[in-house]
Amino acid sequence: MSDLPPGLERLDYRLTGERPAGPFAPVLAGVVGSGNLEVLLEPADGSDCTFRIETSARGFGPIWEAVVRDFHRRHPLAGVHVSVNDMGATPAVVSLRLDQAAQELQR
Amino acid sequence: MNAPLEVRAWNQRALNRSERLARAAAATGARGRHVTADAVVLLLETVLEPGDRVCLEGNNQKQADFLAQALVQVDPQRVHDLHMVQSVLALPEHLDVFENGIAKRLDFSFSGPQGARLAKLVSAGGIEIGAIHTYLELFARYFVDLTPKVALVAAHAADAAGNLYTGPNTEDTPAIVEATAFSGGIVIAQVNELVDGKTTTLPRVDIPADWVDFVVKAPRPNVIEPLFTRDPAQISEIQVLMAMMAIKGIYAEYGVQRLNHGIGFDTAAIELLLPTYGEALGLKGKICRHWALNPHPALIPAIEAGWVESIHSFGSELGMEDYIRARSDVFFTGADGSLRSHRAFSQAAGHYACDLFIGSTLQIDLDGNSSTATLGRISGFGGAPNMGADARGRRHTSPAWLKAGREARQGRVGAAGTPRGQKLVVQMVETFREHMQPAFVERLDAWTLQEQAGMALPPIMIYGDDVSHILTEEGIANLLLCRSDAEREQAIRGVAGYTAVGLARDRRMVENLRDRGVIRRPEDIGIDPREATRNLLAARSMRDLVRASGGLYSPPKRFRNW
Repeated sequence: MSDLPPGLERLDYRLTGERPAGPFAPVLAGVVGSGNLEVLLEPADGSDCTFRIETSARGFGPIWEAVVRDFHRRHPLAGVHVSVNDMGATPAVVSLRLDQAAQELQR
Repeated sequence: MNAPLEVRAWNQRALNRSERLARAAAATGARGRHVTADAVVLLLETVLEPGDRVCLEGNNQKQADFLAQALVQVDPQRVHDLHMVQSVLALPEHLDVFENGIAKRLDFSFSGPQGARLAKLVSAGGIEIGAIHTYLELFARYFVDLTPKVALVAAHAADAAGNLYTGPNTEDTPAIVEATAFSGGIVIAQVNELVDGKTTTLPRVDIPADWVDFVVKAPRPNVIEPLFTRDPAQISEIQVLMAMMAIKGIYAEYGVQRLNHGIGFDTAAIELLLPTYGEALGLKGKICRHWALNPHPALIPAIEAGWVESIHSFGSELGMEDYIRARSDVFFTGADGSLRSHRAFSQAAGHYACDLFIGSTLQIDLDGNSSTATLGRISGFGGAPNMGADARGRRHTSPAWLKAGREARQGRVGAAGTPRGQKLVVQMVETFREHMQPAFVERLDAWTLQEQAGMALPPIMIYGDDVSHILTEEGIANLLLCRSDAEREQAIRGVAGYTAVGLARDRRMVENLRDRGVIRRPEDIGIDPREATRNLLAARSMRDLVRASGGLYSPPKRFRNW
């Protein structure tokens, strides 16, 4: 039924974008490792910014939503899909990786 | 008619001391002050009397472990109801003496490694706790109402006369021995080496022989814990970011020249950023010249870069001996070249002569109270409360102290507005610790612990009204500038990140506090979090620290992976 590896939690968010990213080569930030995470930005159809988060730390949905909304306030990207592979990073590290990825995109 | 005056003997303490010494000499066959290792249990059984107050030297570094093992073996029929007074409960023997019926009452400062077992013993009624103190407080009480009758201490070497050489780990020994030796008490020292004093002499005398009654050469060197060694490889980018904020947003702002750092990776990151980030900001010579600090290996790069003029240490740190010896302009060293540490003096120095303390904690509440106390453990706080408290008796000024005092008193009148300085007390925490444990809480565990253990007060490490700044990855809250409890609460929520406490902030009030400079974000002080990388660390591994020391620093094995 699900392709989600056991033990992981999946969270999806869709936010309305303001700043179209246009075409770009996928951007990768961070590494998958304990207390760390990998962020992948890819072009997507439409004017939304979508997020798919797979995390080994279950039960922190409200915190993820707050982190994602704050990121989107700083970088209201449109036409972007954000994939997150998280291994129990703190929100501070998550925000830092998201910002690093967004900075790469703007280059 | 007046009754005849009863004649009181005023030297009963001295007489009792003579009796004990004579008993011990007869039983153990001690020659002068020297006792053999196999006679130590007998020595203790003859010297000690039931109900004695006994100081067993044990702190967070050096341990009189051989004497602790001997004390556990005494016959509880002969020796019982002892009142133990000691800095730290670190070894199993420190609690075994209670389980074995040898000791009954305890006054101490810190029980880190034995905290859970201590809590169990207390709830089972196996131990009476007098009080939990700070180090300085406990030393002070040694000279008032907790004076030891017998002190069991550790030194590195003794000569034939009984003079003691402590080596770099002098630590608590002078305070303990002084209180005991000058109140008719008895001092017993374990040493690692004996010298005859003629063909071989002690490198220096740390404790003179006539303050010491018995010396025993222990079969093994005393235990020492390398407590202040932090591997730079484990410092995270977020800790680098917070260290940048501390240096630029607090140290530079106040011109902090004299300071103490707590234990931990957060402050190790600051130490490792001084010669890189601090240098780039042009701060060398303007901050961080004088320290009350153990010989932290993480400070080596800053010392080598010429940042540090002086360091006075509470204790030593394993592996730093040769480095200290080679940098005698910076450290307090004897004529023999090795470090002289002194916990009591260094605690006084940290309290009265430093402008800033910065350290970490486990929990902070909405009033800014912080505590490392956790449920099911009775641990105490060692020196932190004296480092992390405004020194109300301080009268000398410095620019940092005056600026903090001005900020706290601006606009206030009467006693609260009387001009004076204030110590900078900074709590530095990531909003979430590992396993997503929030550092900010509505209610400290300390309150539940108080109920569970029947304490008179919750075990709070640093009181909110002593805290000047709270620093997290989200920003710096300057509590000196808050003028009401509501402002203080929002200032704390405003740097509490995505914790429940942080998410429940009043956003408008937090923005208002930010406009007033009460809360400052990294970007408000010109820091881009994306620049916070581990490349800024002056050393990124233990090996880098060894290299920075020119090969003089020799880390304990467990910190070597090469």
